[in-house]
Amino acid sequence: MLCDICGKKQATVHVTEIINNQISEMHLCEDCAREKSIQMEQQFGVSDLLAGIADLGTPLGEKTKEELKLKCDNCGMSYEDFKKIGRLGCGECYDSFRKNLVPLLKRIHGSIQHLGKTPLKIVKEVKRKSEIDILKEKLQEAIQREEFEEAAKLRDKIRELEKKNQKRKEER
Amino acid sequence: MNLDDLLVRLGEWLKGEGPNSEIVMSSRIRLARNLDRIPFTHWADKKEKENVLEALKNALKENEFLQGGIFLLMKEIDELDRVFLLERHLVSHEFIQKPDSKAVVISTNEVVSGMINEEDHLRLQVMQSGFNLRGALDISQRIDQFLSERLNFAFSSEWGYLTACPTNVGTGLRASVMLHLPVLVFTKQINKVIQAITRLGLTARGFYGEGTEATGNFFQISNQVTLGQREEDIVDNLERIIRQVVEYEQNARQMVMSQERERITDRIRRAYGILKNAYIISSNETIELLSQVRLGVDLGIIKDIDRRQLNELFIFIQPAHLQKLEGKKLTAQQRDVKRAQLIRSKLGVV
Repeated sequence: MLCDICGKKQATVHVTEIINNQISEMHLCEDCAREKSIQMEQQFGVSDLLAGIADLGTPLGEKTKEELKLKCDNCGMSYEDFKKIGRLGCGECYDSFRKNLVPLLKRIHGSIQHLGKTPLKIVKEVKRKSEIDILKEKLQEAIQREEFEEAAKLRDKIRELEKKNQKRKEER
Repeated sequence: MNLDDLLVRLGEWLKGEGPNSEIVMSSRIRLARNLDRIPFTHWADKKEKENVLEALKNALKENEFLQGGIFLLMKEIDELDRVFLLERHLVSHEFIQKPDSKAVVISTNEVVSGMINEEDHLRLQVMQSGFNLRGALDISQRIDQFLSERLNFAFSSEWGYLTACPTNVGTGLRASVMLHLPVLVFTKQINKVIQAITRLGLTARGFYGEGTEATGNFFQISNQVTLGQREEDIVDNLERIIRQVVEYEQNARQMVMSQERERITDRIRRAYGILKNAYIISSNETIELLSQVRLGVDLGIIKDIDRRQLNELFIFIQPAHLQKLEGKKLTAQQRDVKRAQLIRSKLGVV
């Protein structure tokens, strides 16, 4: 029997493919079989695998259809796009598709909390935020103690810090 | 400095020195970074990509590690040069497919390189010779720090650095080492080792990158998980496992040298003989034989060449390198002749 692809060499490899319940058989020579197997491997890349498990955790049904239509406000990618491509559209997608991504990330990394470093700029921002929280607590305490002069000072300080944070956000 | 300067030199990470360099060829750290709110490369339009390119170029060129280095727009170099960069381990296979809005920066010693607009806006790579992940991590962190003072990276306190593919999110850090394990292969223990490595959350690939088979007994081992671990812990974990693999290979080498000294010596010297005398040779055959000779150098069986010279051959026998050396396009048959000629001259055969 000759090879189905090149039609020249003896077929020594016999391949059975099942696509959509259709069975097809191929008889190939060693060279064509090798090429074919490379093609098959390439079709089976990381993005395909990801797309395959992107459904994890979502129960099938009406709800899923809605979720597929879910779009990222920042870049316009839909969850359906992500499922096809296996890549997200932008950093904001992580928030937009949060519900679906949590089980996916858990599956890939075994964790959903970053423990590595934080960029310096953001470290400062987080610090400023917590400073505000502390001041707010102090403010509440001052009001309860009816120390209104102290409370007013704290209120001004909080406003000032919030303004700074806002300005930084706008700059970014 | 320009691209052709790379033809007369060799990356510092290939000098064949450093801890455990008889088994660990090189150590590498790769960081994935994206600019805040701008779509990832595959989803961005041309203007967005050009902006990313400009912003990253401006920030990178100020960095101390990249002073005097090379900056190249991919669309301004031809196909041969792109493959040349790939063979040099400076860019990825994916990167050279569509050259538009893509650029690469390379430090003079080839220790630091960055791909702009690959899958992520920036893929930063730091290479070191031998088993020196710490050294590579240190440089990568310093550059990252420098860049984060000038750019806003996409980051969430929950999920860390945000990347196009969820498999890189978190630290965006991939640490890897290139191991030469000829005796674990020879004694058929390698599959067990690879299986164990995989079970521990690491992956193994070949010398020539993602999707390639292990050729020349080279295995590139890297971490899989990037989220939920600190940078230091990722490197620490990889280091511990690699240290054991290195020990397995060392033990196997000792065992072979005490029990099968003649057989292994014969194999190595035959390999050396072919390399010194062949007139036509394919790259696959070359790599397999160079691997044997490298083992010969490590075991003290071959004394008249060193690891650096062999590393140079591993790089320069590749198709684009041969063609650039020759200054013209060569057919596969012509390359096989040119390759044999290059090897003979590097090994001191006139």
